[in-house]
Amino acid sequence: MGEGRVKEEIVLKGEQITLSFGGITALWGVSFAVQRGEIFSIIGPNGAGKSSLYNVINGFYRPQKGQVIFKEKEITHLKPYEIARIGIARSFQNIELFKHMTVLENLMLGRHIHIKYGLLKSLFYFGPCLKEEVQHRKRVEDVIDFLEIEHIRKKPVGTLPYGLQKRVEMARALCLEPEVLLLDEPMAGMNLEETEDMARFIIDVNNEWGMTVLLIEHDMGVVMDLSDRIMVLDFGEKIAEGTPEEIQQNSVVAKAYLGESDGAFLGR
Amino acid sequence: MSADTFPKLLLEKAKKYGRRKIALREKDLGIWQSFTWEEYLEKVNYFSLGMISLGFQPGDKISVIGDNKPEWIIAELAAQSAGGYGTGIYQDSILKEVAYIINHSETKFVIAEDQEQVDKILDMQEELPNVKKIIYYDPKGMTKYDSDLLAYFPDVIEMGKRYEKDHPGQFERNVENTKSEDVAWICTTSGTTGFPKLAMLTHRNLISMATNLGTFDPKYDTDEFVSFLPLPWVGEQMMAVASGLLFGLTVNFPESVESAQADLREIGPHIMFSPPRVWENMCASVQVKVMDASFLKRLVFNTCLPIGQKWSEYKFEKKAPPLHFRLLYTLAYLAVFKALKDRLGFSNIRSATTGGAALGPDTFKFFHALGISLKQIYGQTEISGISCVHKNSDINPDTMGEPIPETEVKISETGEILSRSPAVFPGYYKQPEETAKTVIDGWLHSGDAGYLTPEGHIVVIDRIKDVMSLIDGVKFSPQFIENKLKFSPFIKEAVTVGHNRDFIIAMICIDFGIVGNWAEKNRVNYTTYTDLASKPEVVDLIQREVEKVNKGLPDNAKVKRFVLLYKELDPDDDELTRTRKVRRHFVEEKYREIIEGMYRGDDSIRIEAIIKFQDGKTSTIRTVMAVKNV
Repeated sequence: MGEGRVKEEIVLKGEQITLSFGGITALWGVSFAVQRGEIFSIIGPNGAGKSSLYNVINGFYRPQKGQVIFKEKEITHLKPYEIARIGIARSFQNIELFKHMTVLENLMLGRHIHIKYGLLKSLFYFGPCLKEEVQHRKRVEDVIDFLEIEHIRKKPVGTLPYGLQKRVEMARALCLEPEVLLLDEPMAGMNLEETEDMARFIIDVNNEWGMTVLLIEHDMGVVMDLSDRIMVLDFGEKIAEGTPEEIQQNSVVAKAYLGESDGAFLGR
Repeated sequence: MSADTFPKLLLEKAKKYGRRKIALREKDLGIWQSFTWEEYLEKVNYFSLGMISLGFQPGDKISVIGDNKPEWIIAELAAQSAGGYGTGIYQDSILKEVAYIINHSETKFVIAEDQEQVDKILDMQEELPNVKKIIYYDPKGMTKYDSDLLAYFPDVIEMGKRYEKDHPGQFERNVENTKSEDVAWICTTSGTTGFPKLAMLTHRNLISMATNLGTFDPKYDTDEFVSFLPLPWVGEQMMAVASGLLFGLTVNFPESVESAQADLREIGPHIMFSPPRVWENMCASVQVKVMDASFLKRLVFNTCLPIGQKWSEYKFEKKAPPLHFRLLYTLAYLAVFKALKDRLGFSNIRSATTGGAALGPDTFKFFHALGISLKQIYGQTEISGISCVHKNSDINPDTMGEPIPETEVKISETGEILSRSPAVFPGYYKQPEETAKTVIDGWLHSGDAGYLTPEGHIVVIDRIKDVMSLIDGVKFSPQFIENKLKFSPFIKEAVTVGHNRDFIIAMICIDFGIVGNWAEKNRVNYTTYTDLASKPEVVDLIQREVEKVNKGLPDNAKVKRFVLLYKELDPDDDELTRTRKVRRHFVEEKYREIIEGMYRGDDSIRIEAIIKFQDGKTSTIRTVMAVKNV
């Protein structure tokens, strides 16, 4: 990894976030701070509250207590589309794409928050609208090139193999031009080769485009290889945070996963 | 003619066409980006000077490794302009081979496409003492590299611009100094064992080849060509570089390997030269699509195809079809073939050729049925790729056509095909003893057994060392039988054995994709290739295919027994060459147990084999292969 990639600036911060549904507490006073340019992973057993935390960050859920701060501004009460607009994009665990539309159409749609012309203006397509459309297409094509999905540009998403759909899902998030990218199990259900490809794309997005990446992933090998820092959740509580080495040696973390103090599993 | 080298030809064409005509086109970001001849020249000019400012000297060599992109041939011409030359490396070569080629050719600069290729070279840095620079052209993933060896292609072009300010006219003087007898490029040619041989080809070799081929198979400066086959292959050098510069073709580069078929269709080339496997794959993909089509579509296709095949037979026999048949063919053409041609990207095709290995007559006939005038090319890398081709008016699927102008072909006393022309190479790089074995008294020894027909066509039987005879003396060509088998879309690869034996057997590799598809439709569950190949339903399927093939073979050359091999043949396991020809002796040696079992009359063979993966891991496969009598 290169020097000076991670900046001092805290780009995304959670303070004492507590979220409960009726009697069930999904998150219990979780605090964290992500630096600009970092790959920050969130791990934990099933039901630990990882996806809930994402839902809080991008405005799907309102926490009962605590706040989310993005670039020193509180965003806890913004709507999901407003959060997307200020620069936090998310790719979903269960692919959320329009299956009957082509890859290109899906990605162009991903640009909608940046489209400035309105209904009236778009009636006169030529001129400013066309110019804007070309700019959006350029950006979409950069993402297509980056993720190496040129050959499926015109294919309906529903006809693609799962591994490629996941890649398109990530592409859609990238088309938003976010500063922070939330990835939710990007490697789930992939074979070894696809996993390695995806890992390389995540490193490239982070290195080349300087994007801050939050990563939820169950493949510990991947998490340990990619992450700068890792936060561990268990039953909605943060039980540890640190570098991959620190987490591998943490006995509390091992306990949360296995119910006993055998930490060898984390090394793969 | 004044322009007797490629750099001179480039200069001449740039003067002639300037900004008015497109020389190169590359699909990038979803759009076809064009370079005019003037821009093409400019890039070669500056890149050449840029390399010189980095220390490239006359006689130095480059190695290029990457997908087909304009930068590939710009680098090639830049090296030639600077008085050097180089060689291309297949991207899927194993590291040992990459290192061998770079070291044996004493490469000074490596031109590598992207991070993946750069990593290969950097990892082997210590083993490659001659390499002084690695120039890459796809910057993705490269920002964090800080090796002194690395340079970025556009930066080298900038260096060239600065160099020109201090040395005006240098490039033109360098080009003026290139001579037709200079080595222009090295093409690697697969040795049957071990490392590839490096065949040097001069400007004169390549230009005379392209000129003479052009008299039989004319090309025009309005023609489009799509470059999607590996550029290290002599065939691609023939078309994209030699013919491209000589005739002023527009050379198009697809966006990626995966999108090549779609890009081909967008361009609709006039010229295409591909090895048999490309034609076979297209033919197989049509057959599969037909299988998947609705009843009505299938009916129409199956009615029209025999009409097309009959049409091609008329053509091969050089007879004029009767009027009513012409009408029938026109109907079939309008109903099926016209649309099919368009789908395959052949709407504009005028010159379609195949070469590098033998193409089965059935595949050949299939393309003629569509109205594509496919012709056979015969030649070796050592004769710049070509000595014989079909004339447009005289196509015979069983022959390789006639010698092109300035080319003599004769058969030696041992039945070997010999050829002589200005395109015969000066030798293998630093391997004079190999050269002496190949070119004797100016005659290139092909190693192919063949004969000349009374019409002067050449017929290739097989590699001399591959022609076999059964114990009762019956001669047969394994390749001929294998091509017949491979015409079945379900069969990817086949190896027949029978030398000094009682009968012929075959080891068959199924096409995983197509048979897998078939299995899904027929509710056969499978997991891996090995598992699929051992399913009784699949064995029965292939048995039917083999029976079909046997009908077209003489009685004493029928396949009597076969097995479905538990793995695909793979160049990484040395079973195939990089151009996917079977290394017969190696395969026979490797699968000796299976072959012996088949001749012993076993009805099944138990296999325990170690499989090596690309990342170096191994695993053991245990399976039982059924031996089938046909």
